Amino acid sequence: MATLSIVDARAIHKHFGALHVLKGVDLKVAERELVFVIGPSGSGKSTLLRCLNRLEEPSSGSIVVDGIDMLDPRTDINHARQRIGMVFQSFNLYPHMTALGNVTLALRKVAGKSRAEADRLGHAALERVGLADRAEHTPGQLSGGQQQRVAIARSIALEPRVMLFDEPTSALDPELVGSVLEVMRSLRESGMTMIVVSHEMGFARNAADRVVFMDDGLIVEQGAPAEIFEHPAHDRTRAFIGQIQRH
Amino acid sequence: MIQTFFNFDIIVASWPIVMAGLLNTVLLSLIVVPLGLFGGLLLALLASIRHPLVRWPLMAWVDFFRAFPPLVLLILLFAGLPFAGLDLGGFACVAIAFFLNTGAYYGEIFRAGIESIPAGQVEAARSTGLGRLQALGYIVLPQAVRNVMPDLLSNTLEVVKLTSLGSVVAVPELLYQARQAQSLTYNPTPIVVAAIIYFLMLWPLVRLLSRLENRALAGRR
Ligand SMILES: Nc1ncnc2c1ncn2[C@@H]1O[C@H](COP(=O)(O)OP(=O)(O)OP(=O)(O)O)[C@@H](O)[C@H]1O
Ligand SMILES: [Mg+2]
Repeated sequence: MATLSIVDARAIHKHFGALHVLKGVDLKVAERELVFVIGPSGSGKSTLLRCLNRLEEPSSGSIVVDGIDMLDPRTDINHARQRIGMVFQSFNLYPHMTALGNVTLALRKVAGKSRAEADRLGHAALERVGLADRAEHTPGQLSGGQQQRVAIARSIALEPRVMLFDEPTSALDPELVGSVLEVMRSLRESGMTMIVVSHEMGFARNAADRVVFMDDGLIVEQGAPAEIFEHPAHDRTRAFIGQIQRH
Repeated sequence: MIQTFFNFDIIVASWPIVMAGLLNTVLLSLIVVPLGLFGGLLLALLASIRHPLVRWPLMAWVDFFRAFPPLVLLILLFAGLPFAGLDLGGFACVAIAFFLNTGAYYGEIFRAGIESIPAGQVEAARSTGLGRLQALGYIVLPQAVRNVMPDLLSNTLEVVKLTSLGSVVAVPELLYQARQAQSLTYNPTPIVVAAIIYFLMLWPLVRLLSRLENRALAGRR
């Protein structure tokens, strides 16, 4: 692929004390690409995502996102993080603020927008996730699916270059999963670069450009969804996919 | 009986003295409560630094001043500091003692409040580019303070009551002035008046506290 990598992570190692969680992970993601990450529990998927925006400090390796060296101590990390959206399994909304307040906080306090401008951008972001009419609701007044969409709006309002999703639908009742996947699909269609950790194999099949299988702190294999799901090269991948599809 | 404990002439005669005391109690409260809150917040923020070099001294500090009787601390400061060449007077000693003692209590309350906020919210805030202090100021503290409001208020009630300790080091607050009036008039009426004033002053706070506590319980259901 001739396109430039937006994310270029090389030889990432992460130790938690004696625990070696990432054992040299390389991950390149091209502009507009959707990379889907799967792997057993504890294989290091969340840790890898969290290293990319430095919520977790890698023990070694290099990470360049949109041309910014994330591990350089001179990098303004708060500035860099605006370019990397992140969506969490448990939404992590601010319960004392309205949906609009959640979406506009960083616009005002990090991006330096005026309240009027932030509100305008905030409403636009809520509109994109189908929640234009919920701006004044607090998280407690929203369903899980709506909360997760507010969380997505909170990220996209900052116009990130790449979005990280860590099991965005795992905490949702089955009937609410669809609305969130819908938003993710429309994001993808708008050209957003995305890295998604998830068990939603159906979504992976028709939306992912590439599936990455991780096990025990390493990327074991990767390729087009059909290739990985139908003809995995490694036994571990085959075993994992078999296990998931039985559910 | 009424003549002894609620003598009208004596109320009138001692009124200016007792009122001066009330004014000082209010002033003292307006100084020691913010001071304690400030000290407490400082301790709670330090407690969020998990480093052992901060953690252990902090724990020792808080434990020490919570275990140390505030009256003993006050007398120690008042009687001891002059020997160290520091003659600060009763008022300053009360302020310092309260900063140390009630600061430790407020600190534990703030700490519980801060720890009640899920770390995920801070991570989400940081992931959008907010700095550590911004996340604290916009996300953690507003919720933390709301969560522990009943405890903060309850502790504040205790602090205002404890300002009567100032009488021991000749700070002319309400109790001290009432006792002065009592010894001048050879009659307990001024003390009774002071007791009523304490009650009237604190009762609204007690009511407010009950309502907050009920609401907190209802919220938990
Ligand atoms: N802050 C931490 N301190 C210590 N160990 C940690 C920490 N975070 C993660 N780990 C450990 O690192 C390993 C990888 O965790 P990680 O959350 O990245 O796995 P995962 O692939 O996302 O798993 P899951 O599918 O269950 O979410 C696990 O053994 C986990 O216990
Ligand atoms: Mg995980």
